[in-house]
Amino acid sequence: MDAVTTVLIAVLGGAIRVSTPFLFVSLGECITEKSGRINLGLEGTMVFGAMSAYAIAYHSGSPWLGVLAAAAAGVGFGAVHGLLCSLPRVNDTAVGISLIVLGLGLAFFLGRDYVQPTAPRLPSIPLGSWSENPALRAALQINVLFVIGLALAVVLHWAFRNTRWGLRVRTVGDSADAARALGLPVVRTRVLATALGGCLGGVGGAYLSLYYPGSWNESLSSGQGVMAVALVIFARWSPLGCFRASLIFGGASSIGPALQAVGIQAGYHLWNAAPYVLTLAIMLIGTSTSRATIGAPGELSMTR
Amino acid sequence: MGSTPDAVVSARRTPPPSEAVLRWVVPLGSIAAGLLAFGAFVLAIGHDPTEVYSTIYEGGFATAFAWNNTLLRAAPLILAGLAVAIPAQAGLVVIGGEGALALGALCASAAAVPLLPTLGAGALLAGALAGMAGGAAWFALVGVLRAHRGLNETITSLLLSYIAIAVFNHTVEGPLRDPSSLNKPSTLPLPPQSMLGAIPGLDVHWGLAIGVLACAVAQLALSRGTGGFALRVAGGNPRAALLVGLPVGALIVVGCALGGAAAGLAGAIEVIAVHGAASASVLAGYGTLGILVAFMARQQPLAIVPVAILMGGISAAGSLLQRRLELPDATTMVLQGLLFVAILAGEALLPRARR
Repeated sequence: MDAVTTVLIAVLGGAIRVSTPFLFVSLGECITEKSGRINLGLEGTMVFGAMSAYAIAYHSGSPWLGVLAAAAAGVGFGAVHGLLCSLPRVNDTAVGISLIVLGLGLAFFLGRDYVQPTAPRLPSIPLGSWSENPALRAALQINVLFVIGLALAVVLHWAFRNTRWGLRVRTVGDSADAARALGLPVVRTRVLATALGGCLGGVGGAYLSLYYPGSWNESLSSGQGVMAVALVIFARWSPLGCFRASLIFGGASSIGPALQAVGIQAGYHLWNAAPYVLTLAIMLIGTSTSRATIGAPGELSMTR
Repeated sequence: MGSTPDAVVSARRTPPPSEAVLRWVVPLGSIAAGLLAFGAFVLAIGHDPTEVYSTIYEGGFATAFAWNNTLLRAAPLILAGLAVAIPAQAGLVVIGGEGALALGALCASAAAVPLLPTLGAGALLAGALAGMAGGAAWFALVGVLRAHRGLNETITSLLLSYIAIAVFNHTVEGPLRDPSSLNKPSTLPLPPQSMLGAIPGLDVHWGLAIGVLACAVAQLALSRGTGGFALRVAGGNPRAALLVGLPVGALIVVGCALGGAAAGLAGAIEVIAVHGAASASVLAGYGTLGILVAFMARQQPLAIVPVAILMGGISAAGSLLQRRLELPDATTMVLQGLLFVAILAGEALLPRARR
């Protein structure tokens, strides 16, 4: 097999493996932003979720209980963020940063004893079993969470358009005044949307510690949580767009390691910047001086 | 509906606390609330809060050694905080300070080391200026993207920060690598005797004084200078600023560039005064902690100095907490996070901001 094919297969496999946490946090961020709030703190939520998932999976022997614990922790962080941002004159970006510090601090503090032990991992589906090619078989080992994430993106895409709940979140996010005039509970909707967003952020963290890279340590996350905000802009606030953006971002992050695997070392660190350069370029294409960012919820402080 | 006589009387009976009092009481009360919350956390994990607090005091502030440690951390934190506070005057939340700091360190090392044989001590100045230029250029890009393309500065600064760190790693491990740095790649080092010296009477380098001076100048420019005033008008009400003919776009770019220069200087000073070369150890998270410092100081340049010293002291106490009480390093992060959350929540109790 030639080097180009090897690299392409590695990038494909990497895209699927690396994109799953991005998919969950960006879907969580998407729900939150649709309600008119930003949660930069998903980074802290995610790392705390990764730690709690690992700890619970280790003690209970069940990785799924771990995912549940991460989801519950995420709801907690999301609710705190949502409630704090409901106070008057409190800056949501700053609250997000404070919860990153607090979430990372608590996760590193409580997770100190879980760096050594090995927790059971989440299962995967061998979608590539038909192939003779071991590289392709490895690339198509799809984790169950990836499938769940894809299904979730489809469901959310549908729900935002067709359900009472989805319309309510979008109304609150586009114009708080209009929502109030309709008698919708603005603050409660936003807190719930932020809590749900936190829940998905926690699950994204569980994937990190329980599947890929599949262990718990302090350098587990490389900023996936904060990147979620950029990915949602990239996705133009669409859940299906989040799926696409996560795959592209995951693929771009896998170029460096894939080239390294076939012996190309040059510019390894520069390739690591590829996903960020790509995101910046796509954001640039999506805006112009004359109009605001396309598709942004009207209440979002970030794009006003 | 007019106010009834009763309402007027009761309003007179309990006058609202004056704004000046609230501006002092609320932040101090928030800090107390944060400390209490941390005490509860410490208690919950089975430690004695008074013992933990006295250890933090001892490790950060009790001895000359502790003060040195604290001020060594405060020096870059002051400049990293200023990097957030200056753009904040124009209403911008720029959080990519770590990247500007990395570029500042890289530029400083690249300029100072080759110039040392010809310029002597002047090479340090050249390094500092190069670092400021590198940081300023990086943040100016954030300002340009904001002013001319409407891209959110928080996100672009973050993306650019990741890109800057990738460039930093690439250069330190590639083109500018000192061939003799084997396990820990770094650029060519400055000889220790040529590095920036200590302030007389302290064991802390001059970078601390430079940071304090920068904060004083920034405070003065904001409260007295026309440029600072224009920046604050542009941040407070861009439409009004445009109506009175202020160049809002240019102000945003300049505000960002000045912030980037502060972050770049922080990185440059870490190279010319502490590490001697650019390596991974320069990137110790000061850029990120600086965000926290700036927000806790409510974006007031002079308030940054005491907050940076407080945060530096808490960080410095980490190793003593670990040695004496076997608490993890992250303990200080939990405390910093709780203080930050408490101070932000306290904003809700303050009267409407002036600007």
